[in-house]
Amino acid sequence: MKEKIAIKVDDLTVAYNFKPVLWDIDLSVPEGVLMAIVGPNGAGKSTLIKAMLDIIKPIAGSVEIFGKPYKKQYKEVAYVPQKGSVDWDFPTTALDVVMMGTYGSLGWIKRPGRKQKKEALEALEKVGMLEFRSRQISQLSGGQQQRIFLARALVQQASIYIMDEPFQGVDATTEKAIINILKELRKEGKTVVVVHHDLQTVPEYFDWVTFLNVKKIATGSVKDIFNDDNLTKTYGINYKVSVLQ
Amino acid sequence: MTSAQIEIQLIACIVAIACAIPGAFLVLRKMAMISDAISHSILPGIVIGFFLTEDLNSPWLILLAALSGIITVVMVEYIQKTGLVKEDTAIGLVFPALFSIGVILIAKNAGDVHLDVDAVLLGELAFAPFDRLLIGGTDVGPKSLWVIGTILLITLGLLISFFKELKISTFDKQLAATLGFSPVLMHYGLMSIASVTTVGAFDAVGAILVVALMIAPPAMAYLLIKDLKKMLVLACIFGVIAALAGYWMAHWLDASIAGSITTVLGMLFLIIYLFAPNSGLISVLHRQKRQKIEVHLLTFLLHLQNHQEKSERHINHLNEHINWHKVRATSVVDLALKNNMITIDDHIISLTEKGRIFTTEAINYIITNKSAAIEDMKERFFLFRG
Repeated sequence: MKEKIAIKVDDLTVAYNFKPVLWDIDLSVPEGVLMAIVGPNGAGKSTLIKAMLDIIKPIAGSVEIFGKPYKKQYKEVAYVPQKGSVDWDFPTTALDVVMMGTYGSLGWIKRPGRKQKKEALEALEKVGMLEFRSRQISQLSGGQQQRIFLARALVQQASIYIMDEPFQGVDATTEKAIINILKELRKEGKTVVVVHHDLQTVPEYFDWVTFLNVKKIATGSVKDIFNDDNLTKTYGINYKVSVLQ
Repeated sequence: MTSAQIEIQLIACIVAIACAIPGAFLVLRKMAMISDAISHSILPGIVIGFFLTEDLNSPWLILLAALSGIITVVMVEYIQKTGLVKEDTAIGLVFPALFSIGVILIAKNAGDVHLDVDAVLLGELAFAPFDRLLIGGTDVGPKSLWVIGTILLITLGLLISFFKELKISTFDKQLAATLGFSPVLMHYGLMSIASVTTVGAFDAVGAILVVALMIAPPAMAYLLIKDLKKMLVLACIFGVIAALAGYWMAHWLDASIAGSITTVLGMLFLIIYLFAPNSGLISVLHRQKRQKIEVHLLTFLLHLQNHQEKSERHINHLNEHINWHKVRATSVVDLALKNNMITIDDHIISLTEKGRIFTTEAINYIITNKSAAIEDMKERFFLFRG
């Protein structure tokens, strides 16, 4: 079977102040997978997805989204940043934050209208947050804030969803709700890339995995490569899959 | 009112609105101090511009001064990016250096220029009506009114056109970048507007007041309102109120207009800081006090529920056993009585049916964090809100 490649990372090296944090990464993410990026703290997981999204400029290498550079494909990609990356005291409502997801398709100057509002309300309903639409965002719990971010990505109607630790600091109900939506996205043929911390849930949640620790350790289907050997190589201590499961 | 008085008030109001708009975004971006830096470091631009054009209201002078504002921002960011010092230190390094260049330039040429450091810092709003704009020999009003009016129109035009872009790049820079809006462009756009506004306003109100008008009104609005559009409108209203009240205060005291406006801003902020409905100091203290009493009430009711024996329910026992002061015990018992949750019979306290139901539901609510049954009770008790 010849699969289409959604994201192709070629010889990517990223450095902060000339200190490389990602070294010579080659990575192909096939279309339609639900992929976890795992690795210890400081492995460069967030940096990798930021480089995929053209937020960080690499010192070498390139990223292609469906065969073209990100700049030409940004409408195909939706990004869910870490919850802590924004100021939740910003004077705005849940609905308004979700509406921001429609700004990309609107382009410069044009203002969101009824159609965008309808899309945003639908996305809020999907993540179970419709009743909180007029709530000021600082009055939402951590889990609710994460759902708002997910809804914002959903309204972008992208083909690729890239998320930075969506399960961090959320309650069990929200975690279940989020993973169900991600699995639904995969069913629709979308590609989902998630920076993930909890190794125990990898086999249950994901079908594709990338092990990362400054260099790429391994990438492939969870069935084939989620094993003691790769875990040990990535985390540097003896890991047993059997213990995790 | 004389026409000069009306003109001064009109200029003050327009300056206030023109400052509040970029100021609101600076406050939300946590960049309030950069306006202080810009307001000082445009001085060399103004002095050089003045040597070249001999006119404080020339568009060239405004552009040149705005350019030195932008240079300040670039220098601050450059120093900060080296990672050697933090942003506030970088600001503290850059603007005094540029400002002092301006001061030296003025001092060296003090003989031939009508420009002094006092005027730069405090402005000369009272003199604004003397400098008229003549078109074909007809007097069309004070020059500074035209200058700041034009700047306000440009600011409003840009705000309306790019409101969505400004909002998203302020709230979530990374999302803005991934959606194809350049946060860098928005950042420098905002900095340019802030610089131009500062230069335009500064002739009228001086470097210190420009900062006050940029930061104080949005900060007040931010305390009162959690909606960006309404916050912008409210900031403009506060600016105008301070401008008018400040003008009349100066008139009454026979003092500096700029100084009076700033004083009014400070007093307004103090009032809002104390009395704002939800975030104000008094409201916060009141809420904390009520929460405390309610937690005590619940502890007390729970104690009654858990103990059937009379000795545990004697009124004096509260003081000893639960270890409360007399005052607190009395206020809690009063609150429970007022709400018909207990009855007192010969110093023995008993839970009423209502009290029993309330206690059970309140505990359930706290454990499960929701229950439709006590929605109406929530209105009366802070305990259940968050």
